Amino acid sequence: MAVQSDVMEAAGPYDRARALSAFKLGDVTFYWLTRACAISVLLILGGIILSLIVGAWPAIREYGFSFLFTSRWAPSADPPVLGALGPIYGTLITSVIAMMIAIPVGIGIAIFLTEICPIWLRRPIGLAVELLAGIPSIIYGMWGFFVLGPFLANSFQPFMISIFDGVPVLGTIFAGPPSYLSLFNAALILAIMVLPFITSISVDVFKTVPPVLKEAAYGVGCTTWEVVRNVVIPYTRVGVIGGVMLALGRALGETMAVTFIIGNSFKISSSIFAPGTTISAAIASEFAESDGLHQSGLILLGLLLFVLTFFVLSAARLMLMRLEKKAGN
Amino acid sequence: MNFIKTIVAAGLVAASTSAFAADITGAGATFPFPVYSKWADAYKKETGNGLNYQSIGSGAGIKQILAKTVTFGATDAPLKAEALEKDGLVQWPMVMGAIVPVVNLEGIKSGELVLSGEVLGDIYLGKIKKWDDPAIANLNPKLKLPTDAITVVRRSDGSGTTFNFTDYLSKSNAEWKAKVGLGTAVEWPTGVGAKGNEGVAGNIGQTKNAIGYVEYAYAKQNKLTYAAMVNKAGKTVQPTVASFQAAAANADWEKAPGYYVILTDQPGETSWPITAATFILMHKSATDKAASQEAIKFFKWSFEKGGKMAEDLDYIPMPDSVVKLIEKTWTAEIKS
Repeated sequence: MAVQSDVMEAAGPYDRARALSAFKLGDVTFYWLTRACAISVLLILGGIILSLIVGAWPAIREYGFSFLFTSRWAPSADPPVLGALGPIYGTLITSVIAMMIAIPVGIGIAIFLTEICPIWLRRPIGLAVELLAGIPSIIYGMWGFFVLGPFLANSFQPFMISIFDGVPVLGTIFAGPPSYLSLFNAALILAIMVLPFITSISVDVFKTVPPVLKEAAYGVGCTTWEVVRNVVIPYTRVGVIGGVMLALGRALGETMAVTFIIGNSFKISSSIFAPGTTISAAIASEFAESDGLHQSGLILLGLLLFVLTFFVLSAARLMLMRLEKKAGN
Repeated sequence: MNFIKTIVAAGLVAASTSAFAADITGAGATFPFPVYSKWADAYKKETGNGLNYQSIGSGAGIKQILAKTVTFGATDAPLKAEALEKDGLVQWPMVMGAIVPVVNLEGIKSGELVLSGEVLGDIYLGKIKKWDDPAIANLNPKLKLPTDAITVVRRSDGSGTTFNFTDYLSKSNAEWKAKVGLGTAVEWPTGVGAKGNEGVAGNIGQTKNAIGYVEYAYAKQNKLTYAAMVNKAGKTVQPTVASFQAAAANADWEKAPGYYVILTDQPGETSWPITAATFILMHKSATDKAASQEAIKFFKWSFEKGGKMAEDLDYIPMPDSVVKLIEKTWTAEIKS
């Protein structure tokens, strides 16, 4: 009956030292408990990096830096030849195209929602964008495979191919034949998937702009465009860039939806309508059946993605810090 | 202090162990999954014992049995006798089936398009790019084929189906053998990759002017258009149980250590060229011997009563003589 005895002690004669030591114990426990939680994150992170390095070691020893620049991926060759250039290329190209689509659209939606949209429409649109974030990625993959892929291959792709046929550079980027599974399709799905990140963060930071600044701008006769261009965006760019980087991080690592629609081909093609693969898609489709050096190579791919994402996020942090400093001066 | 006492008290809640008999667990090849699941259903109805089979792919099945996380592993690419010996495994063929080329071509019905191993190899090498290529037209003088580009679909994961398919291409197309070779996952010169037999079937169903290869049951269930093949004897054959059986009849199981037999490109006028057996792997001396015996009971039952069910799904049951051999192997090698 511990509860009762404690209550009685508390009600009893005042024992200052004892009460203090009880507080102190509670305090120390709390301190160490929270500290352990925080440290465990570092331990887990360190453990992941360590196990990735250990797993990837045979491949690192075998291929070294040439792993990064070899485009041939032949796990069944004897000895196996593994090069990560195809997946790296696919990962970067899909993410870049996705961001090229998602940034203007996402920020556009945010501007519309905060500056132009009538109040009654604000909630439905905002809710729709947030729901977009709640859709599991496998659903995006299936939709991309069954609906978007055939649609693009029968309408958009032939149109682009015929327009740019014979044009230097653009002709090779938009080269045929149209494909249901391609880098471009994957990039478009990624753009839709990361849109909510950019929009919702942009909306949140746009709301932090002091009304007095905007009203002053309107007062001297600025148009909505000028207010957005010269007041809202400069005031919030740190936050917007943060949202963009978060979205980029998601785009780099997205697996399931991409595996469905990218075509899983290690060949590097200059056309964005050709099938390709990304780091995460390559791991997802091959890991279960891999062993030995092949498996080690896949783990090394995972390590590369880890490093790539790490650099993107660090670069984002660095940019944000510099911008903050600039804003401070 | 109360806080700590509460935690300790909560930690004392003990989990009770259940006394239910565990299901037989197995994992591996996707190729025989339709027939294994049908057998498992019927077996459960008859005996009350269930089978939990995960169709995760042959290579993964081998890995799972080596790690002893399952009672049996299933693979389409058989292990060599030395490998079996090294890991203390027993291997036997469970059922045979066939791989068919499937296409999605407007106006062309199942069995109308004729392909040969040479042409199929060239398509998968990326040398034949369009459907109206003279090489295809020569085999199909009566068909009107589109001028569209061929979309080649293949597996993105390692697979026993791929092993048998590439084995066939290596036997019938010299350039394929030199450039690509055979394996559960090869360096594909062209095409898009899809995961699993069902992934390839889904892709072919979706994509116009596509070609792929799947286990026959998947082609049938998904109502895909399959092609006829020119076999080793130079005759055009349709994928039917009769042509699969003709190919399977050539196999000499008795003389093959570990039942290592590959059934592709068999001689005979009516043989279907891409026929394959699928194999079961078990430990000779398993940690859980009772589970092993339960699994053996299931396989024995499947050999005795599953033949008709297998044929319904267009698989070919093992001949009785081979079943007798396998049963001898069980009593000789698997310790109970």
